[in-house]
Amino acid sequence: MVSGGIRQIAYLIPILPISAFFLIVFFGKKTPGKGAPIGILFTGTAFLIGLGCFADAISRGGIVEKSVTWINFPTFHLELGIRVDGLASMMFVVVCLVSLLVQIYSLGYMHGDVRYTWYYAMLNLFTGSMLVLVIANNLVQMLVGWELVGVCSYLLIGHWFEEKENSDAAIKAFLTTRTGDLGFDVGIFVLIVGAGTANIGVLQSRVAAGSVSTLVITAGAILLFAGAVGKSAQFPLHVWLPDAMAGPTPVSALIHAATMVTAGVYMVARIYGLFSASHAALAVISVIASITMLMAAVLACVQRDIKRVLAYSTVSQLGYMMAALSVGAGVAGVFHLWTHAFFKALLFLGSGSVIHAVHSNDMHEMGGLRKYMPITYGTFIIGSLALAGVPPFAGFWSKDEIVASAYTSGHKLVFVAALITAFLTAFYMARACTLTFFGDYRRRATAGDDHAHLPHESPRSMTTPLLILAVLSVVAGFVGIPGHNVFEKWVPVGHPHEGGFVAWIAAMSILIAISGIALGWRMYRGAAFGFGVVDPLERLGPLYRAALRRFYIDDLYLAAIVRPVQYGLSNFVYKVLDQKVVDGAVNGAALATVELGKAIRTTDERGVDGVVNGFAWLTNKLSFGLRRVQTGNVQRYAVGLFVGVVIVAAVLIGGLR
Amino acid sequence: MPIAAPLLLSALMFAAGVYGVLVRRHGVMLLISVELMINAANLNLITFSQLLRDPVGNILVLFIIAVTAAEVGIGIAIVMMLYRQRSTVAVDDLQLMKW
Repeated sequence: MVSGGIRQIAYLIPILPISAFFLIVFFGKKTPGKGAPIGILFTGTAFLIGLGCFADAISRGGIVEKSVTWINFPTFHLELGIRVDGLASMMFVVVCLVSLLVQIYSLGYMHGDVRYTWYYAMLNLFTGSMLVLVIANNLVQMLVGWELVGVCSYLLIGHWFEEKENSDAAIKAFLTTRTGDLGFDVGIFVLIVGAGTANIGVLQSRVAAGSVSTLVITAGAILLFAGAVGKSAQFPLHVWLPDAMAGPTPVSALIHAATMVTAGVYMVARIYGLFSASHAALAVISVIASITMLMAAVLACVQRDIKRVLAYSTVSQLGYMMAALSVGAGVAGVFHLWTHAFFKALLFLGSGSVIHAVHSNDMHEMGGLRKYMPITYGTFIIGSLALAGVPPFAGFWSKDEIVASAYTSGHKLVFVAALITAFLTAFYMARACTLTFFGDYRRRATAGDDHAHLPHESPRSMTTPLLILAVLSVVAGFVGIPGHNVFEKWVPVGHPHEGGFVAWIAAMSILIAISGIALGWRMYRGAAFGFGVVDPLERLGPLYRAALRRFYIDDLYLAAIVRPVQYGLSNFVYKVLDQKVVDGAVNGAALATVELGKAIRTTDERGVDGVVNGFAWLTNKLSFGLRRVQTGNVQRYAVGLFVGVVIVAAVLIGGLR
Repeated sequence: MPIAAPLLLSALMFAAGVYGVLVRRHGVMLLISVELMINAANLNLITFSQLLRDPVGNILVLFIIAVTAAEVGIGIAIVMMLYRQRSTVAVDDLQLMKW
């Protein structure tokens, strides 16, 4: 624990983008630039503070933790606090930098969009929420950021909600991640009850001290991991991420590649002390991560939509990170998160640039863009090489560290899965690059619409972020070169890990990457796709068809969950609960009110009016009787007079006595 | 001075007057009965004036005799007007001011 330094004001990092969100929402449309400059300025400031924090964390190490009381239960104390260590500082830099670049990029990409200002507001809210998640010093606060990024993801996927496909994708993403979040919620409860704290630091020290039962550790870890499965799109909850590509491409770059989907990986790394204490949890993670990376890599090979290739690639790479964490190589996982954030953001922004120029996502309609879009082409190739794991690009160093760690720690399953995935990764990226940038431009031949003119390079606001990210995709890996690995000192996760480099494995993974690229290049180099032209992979037959159907997982969910819910539960809720119970209650209340009103009217007419009229009637009758007294006969009056006098006299005389 | 006799006489006169007022139908008889009651009161006043050697009673009686004369004048006038208007002076026929 260290004190002082710029990390004392790290709480400003999430506050700045959230302030920008409110400013843009309320004043964005009236300010010049429709709110975009506000977002860029605030996120830029947050980035500078984040950079300062990272520098401070690198130079002095340790953890800066500050907190104030949030909720004080008699038995349980909850704080609102920040916990800034190397890991969190690194995430500040990644999140703020990618967000900043995406916001600059969107100046060009989203120009003239119907909800331009709202888009910038949401980007800033997302950035702030992600930073809340990153900076949180306890699980409950992390959950707040965790759910907020989910909401932002939902809103941004459905940014063009006018098309039902997009809003469906948004709903699918939200519901699928929420399914995992249920586990996350329960996991937090389990840990609060079982370990007595939600504080990340205290929790890990209690686990290390052995004062928490193994059952609680395992249950808590697996339940928290369920949240990560949803958020980081791991099997079997990966289905939402490819559909999330319905959102604007810069959003995909920021949320569904570089930051939000890595929240699950970050969370596991953040409380690595808990996860590494449970072998069962690590085993579960390693199996799920292996399935995820392999399956997603296979699916990425058959996609025609360039963004979906990248989406499945993201799922696959997230599996890589999880696998690294599961074999005890926490630093390697986080290192891959770091490098992946840059090159995957680059690839997404590059694909956005392509889509912006071609007005289509379908790679079969692209081709030959190398000539028309040199900057996009160059940067995209750099990103692809980084992803494929070709040295000296960033992806090689992190990926190789993971593969080697899986081998040295004896996780054969993960090791084999990682090698196959590496091959497939190189293959599908070579396929995507070849189809997109080489050969002839096919759009003219296939579609005769208005956009059939030749594509051209994107504006400066879009190419500048590409160039910056391309540079980072080259250099970001140099901090983790075996032998000179400063990254593990900057970002310590778990115990220091030895054996992150094995020479023959490195050589083999280079070989695998190159052979994958070569195969992809050979198969698709001469491709001249048009409508109805077959993909060379179709020769694989059933496997190809199954992959096109996403291995029937989405179909299974549709048949097993969505349809029963839609036709069974929803029907029941509508026809019985809503129509009978809810409407019944409402109508019943109405009926009861009418009856009560009638009863009150009767009471009013018979009772109250009766009393009033009764008095009137009584007065009337009495006065009819009483007026007979006034006969007009003077002598009768005189009788009364005398009787009165006699009575008065009698009283007076009686009184005297 | 013995006062029993004048007081007894006064009481009898008053009682006769009351009886007349309540029973007789003739308007003039009514007025006479009222006069009888007033004079019973006068007799009473004089009796006690003598007993108490206080002249105020005598003086008051003189005033009453004067006022009564005026009253009888008005009363007789009313009865005569009644007779002219209604051709009767029976008071129980005069019941216009009733409900």
